[in-house]
Amino acid sequence: MKLGVITWPGTCDDADARLAVSKVAEPVALWHGDSDLQGVDGIVVPGGFSYGDYLRAGAIARFSPVMESVIAFANAGGPVLGICNGFQILCEAGLLPGALLPNKDLRFVCRQVDLEVQTVSTPFTSTCEVGQRLSIPAKHTTGCFFGEVADEQIVLRYAEGHNFNGSQDDIAGVTNAQGNVMGLMPHPEHAVDVLIGGSADGLKLFEGMARVAVV
Amino acid sequence: MRARVLIRPKAGILDPQGVAVERALPALGFAGVAHVHVGRLVELDVEDEAQLDDMCRKLLANPLIEDYEIQAVS
Repeated sequence: MKLGVITWPGTCDDADARLAVSKVAEPVALWHGDSDLQGVDGIVVPGGFSYGDYLRAGAIARFSPVMESVIAFANAGGPVLGICNGFQILCEAGLLPGALLPNKDLRFVCRQVDLEVQTVSTPFTSTCEVGQRLSIPAKHTTGCFFGEVADEQIVLRYAEGHNFNGSQDDIAGVTNAQGNVMGLMPHPEHAVDVLIGGSADGLKLFEGMARVAVV
Repeated sequence: MRARVLIRPKAGILDPQGVAVERALPALGFAGVAHVHVGRLVELDVEDEAQLDDMCRKLLANPLIEDYEIQAVS
């Protein structure tokens, strides 16, 4: 089973995303300029600063050739996980509801945050329990979620005292209406080994994704 | 046609830049400043001005969080 990880100019978390994927599936490197998804069973849209965040974070990346294929893949029910800049790209592409605004204090923040799982009826959280806390690092400047989203689409919330960016209703991660596309601002790919950062909670999302991607 | 597109945060959307500027001005002695919003300015030459609105909706602005205004520059 293969999970693709897309790289844009300015993406910086693709290597960690491939490392995380390698613990649950075969990672496949995908290039933003190539519309061929190479037969992957799921897609990770990793974080970074695609196109330097010019204009708006994700605004230009969403028009890359690979995105037409990603949109078709998602519409066909394939699992797609967007992390940080990947979340921003999926919102700009219309695959996820809402938008990400600058953090309320306008600062880049890098810290470990606690997230609370709101629903386990998505592929990504199928390995979790409702109310379970995940300790995952976050690092961004533009992560304040804003948008109209149904309760059942809210997958992760920042635990009390952890919503540093001002996100509406403490929302840290959402899915599309079908539940097969998920985006979150914190970085599960940086929390897959307790030796680094002290938490491997991020691995759960990849395990869930890999479990469902097997068809 | 030379066009100028003004993009600003929609009313009610969190605008921390506007808030920061609004707080900074009185600190410099400028009184009576209110409702500050910080946006973006895009200037461009276009052959077909009828396409400008489409350009704004698809790329230049995010209509979910931003308002835009197209002006002709003579």
